[in-house]
Amino acid sequence: MQRNVRVIARLDIKGPNLVKGIHMEGLRVLGSPQQFARHYYEAGADELIYIDVVASLYNRNSLHEFIAKTAREIFVPLTVGGGLRSIDDIRDVLLAGADKVSLNTAVLKNPKIISEAAQKFGSSTIIVAIEAIKQPGGDYFAYTDNGREFTGVEVLSWARKVEQLGAGEIMITSVDREGTGRGYDIELTKMITDAVSIPVIAHGGAGKVEHIREVALNTEVSAVALSSILHYDYIKNCEEESYNSTEGNHDFIKSGNTFKIIQPANLTAIKTFLSISNINCRPVTLS
Amino acid sequence: MINPDEDHVAIVDYGMGNLFSVKQACEHVGIRAVITADRDIIDASVALILPGVGAFRDAMGCLERMDLILPVKEFISSGKPFMGICLGLQLLMSESEEFGINKGLNIIGGRVKRFPNYFNNDKVRVPHIGWDRISMANNFVAGDSVLHNIRDGEFMYFVHSYFVIPQEKELVITYTDYCGIRYCSAIRKNNLVAFQFHPEKSGPSGLQVFRNFKEVIYKEVKNG
Repeated sequence: MQRNVRVIARLDIKGPNLVKGIHMEGLRVLGSPQQFARHYYEAGADELIYIDVVASLYNRNSLHEFIAKTAREIFVPLTVGGGLRSIDDIRDVLLAGADKVSLNTAVLKNPKIISEAAQKFGSSTIIVAIEAIKQPGGDYFAYTDNGREFTGVEVLSWARKVEQLGAGEIMITSVDREGTGRGYDIELTKMITDAVSIPVIAHGGAGKVEHIREVALNTEVSAVALSSILHYDYIKNCEEESYNSTEGNHDFIKSGNTFKIIQPANLTAIKTFLSISNINCRPVTLS
Repeated sequence: MINPDEDHVAIVDYGMGNLFSVKQACEHVGIRAVITADRDIIDASVALILPGVGAFRDAMGCLERMDLILPVKEFISSGKPFMGICLGLQLLMSESEEFGINKGLNIIGGRVKRFPNYFNNDKVRVPHIGWDRISMANNFVAGDSVLHNIRDGEFMYFVHSYFVIPQEKELVITYTDYCGIRYCSAIRKNNLVAFQFHPEKSGPSGLQVFRNFKEVIYKEVKNG
């Protein structure tokens, strides 16, 4: 079956900064999220996701101003997540200009929020993010707080349950792979896409364009969420052309092991590669 | 005399969906837009946009409670430009199958139907969320309409679980294919256009639709 796979730029945000971690920990500052977001929109991203990565610790999402700014200049769908605890929190970010919300911690504590939010704002507005870690026995369990807190909830049954409660999409993150550049966890992603009939977004591990092809061909994912591949490419170009330089600590990208594993690519290169691999996606139209 | 540079387009606020994005898209192309539920402001507008995300029945309920059904219907029959987006297209139909049969605004004869769970033995993922092509209907010439400079097969952003089946096929201006199911993704009837996709979320191509809408308004104001 031919489907159009969405290529989503995911921005993890801490305070005023775009950050990137490994296994969702050890965050490094990359630059201003607004600058990256605008660049990805203009470069042809199909969607943007903002995650406030420290919001869970403080129980509040601090991205409202940034969301409003984005909604004024970016005309593709925007999903916001991190620290959204209640229906009121969800309403606030939607009113600020987000199109969808991504929920994890709050709905694991109280799954009823999914059905309540789906009823109030529409199913398609509600993404449930599942952060999975493979256990020694082979089963996957859901975690919260960027993979720090074990919940005891088994991932497959949880995915089925969130669909039943009315979630519009699932974003499945392999915490084991996240930030490593070793590729998506195909087994995990396939398990989820086979189990549910709502769209699934794969996240965590993409280090080169071949990884995107691999997950698109071997599973029924509707979308892929990318960060390192895109961020490193943009930083590299900014520095090479030495204009509009981003602020942040980029030395690790050039010197560290991560840079050797991640093969940066821009959205045109990614979508061209997918097209020649017979994976349909919206071609880049430059604004 | 109406002055298109000063007068506004009204975006109907009936409590459903991301109206902020629609307003931003309007303003990006130079259309002054106000989000409103006020009948007088709607009446005084040069054009009307009916957006919407969510459930059909709830939306009809909201429109009814807020006394907006008549103002919307009257605006459409006045001949001034009207744009429906997503649920704002579905609400125009006579009825919807969402949670039993529910009556719509009945401006376009036809029905709103849910995507099946399977089609040709393939799983149909619902909601349909993503970028898909719009193909121009055979008898439709984009010309100087709202789809001016939009190429046949252009990608637009969709988010929906239901689609419309208008009785008069001549009203359909674009079709879209999802999982092999070919459905109506835009209609036009006189001064009325309505899209299943979200032009306000469809990047540069979507903004082109708003630019075209602005031209339609200008022309209407000049001729009116």
